[in-house]
Amino acid sequence: MTTRATEIWVGIFVAAGLAALFMLAMKVSNLASYSGDEGYEVSARFEDVSGLKVRSPVTMSGVRIGRVRQIVFDDQALQAVVVMEIEPHHNLLPKDTSASIYTAGLLGEKYVGLEAGGDEQNLVQGDEIKLTQDSLVLEKLIGQFVSKFMTEAGSGDR
Amino acid sequence: MLDSLQLLGQKGLDFFQRLGRGHMLLLQVLTGLPSLLPRFGLVIKQTYSVGVLSLVIIVVSGLFVGMVLGLQGYNTLVDFGAEESLGVVVALSLVRELGPVVTALLFAGRAGSALTAEIGLMKATEQLSAMEMMAVDPVRRVLAPRFLAGFISMPFLAAIFSAVGVLGGYFVGVGLLGVDDGAYWSQMQDKVDMYDDINNGIIKSLVFGVVVSWIAIFEGNDAIPTSEGVSRATTRTVVHSALAVLGLDFILTALMFGE
Repeated sequence: MTTRATEIWVGIFVAAGLAALFMLAMKVSNLASYSGDEGYEVSARFEDVSGLKVRSPVTMSGVRIGRVRQIVFDDQALQAVVVMEIEPHHNLLPKDTSASIYTAGLLGEKYVGLEAGGDEQNLVQGDEIKLTQDSLVLEKLIGQFVSKFMTEAGSGDR
Repeated sequence: MLDSLQLLGQKGLDFFQRLGRGHMLLLQVLTGLPSLLPRFGLVIKQTYSVGVLSLVIIVVSGLFVGMVLGLQGYNTLVDFGAEESLGVVVALSLVRELGPVVTALLFAGRAGSALTAEIGLMKATEQLSAMEMMAVDPVRRVLAPRFLAGFISMPFLAAIFSAVGVLGGYFVGVGLLGVDDGAYWSQMQDKVDMYDDINNGIIKSLVFGVVVSWIAIFEGNDAIPTSEGVSRATTRTVVHSALAVLGLDFILTALMFGE
């Protein structure tokens, strides 16, 4: 084997390795969905964000338009503040858009669903979404149901 | 009684001496790496024999592992009506675990054993001593290029293994079993994370590359210079590499994915 042929084969090997890495990055993983240009950030306050994680999807009409960037706890208001990054080309969301936390499927992961309002003005960087609805916690719901059931049963006795 | 105690002590001392020699050798090889830069041809030649010649076994194994994952994953998932998640199952198992681990095991069998045998025979036929006589440092001339070649080849081989495996799962899942084409890829892209999964897989393969190449060149260099000694060293390379890879894989997985 001449040196030249060896070097060509090693070149092919490295190129194939890089191509495989590229395929893993672009085709297999979610790297392609990281948009290169930064989106704008809007925040929303929730009483309860249990189950929501950083990088959870933010959707509108079921289409993903951004991701959760940061979840922090506001010590003054005793609320959770969710900072969302919306992709820059979705810049026509009305100012009175509302945000709710939903579950994908029965046991799926949590995501933020936005619903458009009718305001003329649009959300811009740093705005806060005022209308929010908390994440649905199954235990709370069952608790409410049980306590309602109990009080009804109690009043029925009388 | 005393004899058995002495035997135990001797074995223990032997073990620690070997461990020490192994680390000294690693240190020598690492300090010898910069001197390879002006003679990179040596590394390329070794990359050919270590990496390029391992390509066939890696590609074929990757294809079959991916196809088996496709079949098995489908059979399990179809019970839950979740066969659309087949892409996620195949890609995550390959990228996180099977890609780096199986590649390292195959690499130890295909390339590591060859390295040990080659270096051991060089030692047995006193080629290494001859080099020293000519004031050529065998660590820099023989061991360092082989070590670096193994270190370079491993991540590429693991990436090729995973990529081919994903394609193998695609052929079986989409081509044979009728999983939806779009769901296979989109669910995969949704769930496989570049940083959490792919980067950690690459880190794993880099660690395994170092470990397997290190064990291979150490066993070769440390072999008793007889034909029996070389054959034993070759066996030890494969066994120790496999154990080290599997043990380290557990530790790395616990560090990376354990919460």
